[in-house]
Amino acid sequence: MDYIFLQPILALSIQTWTYIMVGATFSLYIGIAVWSRASSTSDFYVAGKGVHPLANGLATAADWMSAASFISMAGLISFMGYDGAVYLMGWTGGYVLLALLLAPYLRKYGKFTVPDFIGERYYSQTARLVAVICAIFVSFTYVAGQMRGVGVVFSRFLETSVEMGVIIGMAIVFFYAVVGGMKGITYTQVAQYCVLIFAFLVPAIFISIQMTGNPIPQLGFGGTVSDGTYLLDKLDGLNQALGFSAYTEGSKSTIDVFCITAALMVGTAGLPHVIIRFFTVPKVSDARLSAGYALLFIAILYTTAPAVAAFARTNMIETVSNKPYSEVPSWVSNWEKTGLIVFEDKNGDGIINYVADKEKNELKVDRDIMVLANPEIANLPAWVIALVAAGGLAAALSTAAGLLLVISSSISHDLLKQSFKPDLTEKQELLAARSAAGLAVVIAGYFGINPPDFVAAVVAFAFGLAASSFFPAIILGIFDKRMNMQGAVSGMVVGLLFTTAYIIYFKFISPASNVPANWFLGISPEGIGFVGMLVNAAISLVVSRMTDAPPQEVQEMVENIRVPRGAGTAHAH
Amino acid sequence: MAQTKMQEYWSKNIRYLTILLSIWFIVSYGMGIFFVDALNNIQLGGFKLGFWMAQQGSIYVFVALIFVYVAWMNKLDKEYDVDE
Repeated sequence: MDYIFLQPILALSIQTWTYIMVGATFSLYIGIAVWSRASSTSDFYVAGKGVHPLANGLATAADWMSAASFISMAGLISFMGYDGAVYLMGWTGGYVLLALLLAPYLRKYGKFTVPDFIGERYYSQTARLVAVICAIFVSFTYVAGQMRGVGVVFSRFLETSVEMGVIIGMAIVFFYAVVGGMKGITYTQVAQYCVLIFAFLVPAIFISIQMTGNPIPQLGFGGTVSDGTYLLDKLDGLNQALGFSAYTEGSKSTIDVFCITAALMVGTAGLPHVIIRFFTVPKVSDARLSAGYALLFIAILYTTAPAVAAFARTNMIETVSNKPYSEVPSWVSNWEKTGLIVFEDKNGDGIINYVADKEKNELKVDRDIMVLANPEIANLPAWVIALVAAGGLAAALSTAAGLLLVISSSISHDLLKQSFKPDLTEKQELLAARSAAGLAVVIAGYFGINPPDFVAAVVAFAFGLAASSFFPAIILGIFDKRMNMQGAVSGMVVGLLFTTAYIIYFKFISPASNVPANWFLGISPEGIGFVGMLVNAAISLVVSRMTDAPPQEVQEMVENIRVPRGAGTAHAH
Repeated sequence: MAQTKMQEYWSKNIRYLTILLSIWFIVSYGMGIFFVDALNNIQLGGFKLGFWMAQQGSIYVFVALIFVYVAWMNKLDKEYDVDE
């Protein structure tokens, strides 16, 4: 009986379902923003330092997992096979560094921003300015990509233009970031985590059952397919038959895999929008614990993604490879319309020849569509496909909001209040923070609609810069009491110049020479941030030992942040 | 807190960090990257061990490491009376 009533609902189109899901989640985000708006600068910058560690863990996970993690990563891995591990390990291992080396001490330090810490620890406005510029640059690089992700989801699922999608996304983020500040962002991110993880897991579980009979994707990944062979063995065979390298073996050199993984780990730990989340909890022990929760929640997606990658690749090869073009399923033509799948019948036989050899290959599949197209490839119901759209939007919006907050606090707090206009009242600073957030949304939206060609190339930049500038300066600031302004500033400047020069040379000046034979020690521009970090640390250590020790009060501050209990009481015992 | 006790607390903290970060290094860079080919000769169900460490195992260990660190530090903070 019930089924008859349900049938009209189940028969709704993908587009209707998408409107329902996106509408419902967007109203939820706006509702939360209204409920949790910020009333002081402390609320706006760090949510009044009153966030429960579990909530902070959820928010950090959503903050961290961007459109790239949700939409692109599994697709990237499915084309890279083993080499995709650089992202999996790189974007999770950094949390161990954060939890053990940064979060507890920065929370004890107790101010609002990363440039705050650098400026005070190295008693220098120059150091603060270098940090502010890096923070703004890294955040803008990142946020443009998020807005683009919003636009892509809107254009495919709601058949609006990319521009319209970006504008709607901007309006939503503008509303809750500007009104709610960190407080609004935090609780919206908690909701966004729930949406995005549900949206990622549901299709993964469906497909895992379909292909391997195991409902847990992480286990189905190592399970057997219908013909009784192990999924990964079969995939190795499929890949090799088409001329690709075996799925479970990579094609990158060991040193490059090492350096890229290390640069991503260290870069993750140095990204200001991630670090800033640990300022929002009440205690040092909460900062440690919430880093643990954050990684746990991130790991749920990050251990599912490689399984999705393997399922999607197997499915895709089996569905389209060597099949007549006239008989392919409808998802192929749906995505052909967006230009993200291109079929060119080079030998005119009407058969799709998908092979490694670029001369003979007839099918181009954009890696970004693997997650979005996956439910369609697997023939899942319309509501699952709509759910994936809502999840992709949640991932993009949550990260965008976190980044916008860093940009706005860098401008209103670090530049205005701390550098140029120290007499700003709390009210004026709050207004400046809101205006800066608003302006940042508009600029980010502009880049989302008119993405500069270099967006993809500058992602390596974001991590490289964070790795070669912030990470050593913060770590040495905590663990090396003797580190001084001269050491830290010269280290940051040389580390930055080295990394920037290397990336600019291979990505912009001479892209043609961007091949392993020309790389320094075989390290690609994506991995050079790790070398930049080592250069930074070495220079900082040498220079600091040749110059004067930092002032007494700075050394006391370092002692103070090493102990969890508040400064006053710690000395009383 | 007295200077010597503070130093003791700090050196214990450093010892914990060294242990945990060594494991962090071994499971990711060691097992997942440098020795991946050797470990791939060992089969773990449908996985080659090296590949599994790189795409699954190391991540599980990372999560465990942070929670161990949290437990150890909470205990240490109490022992040295610096907890909040």
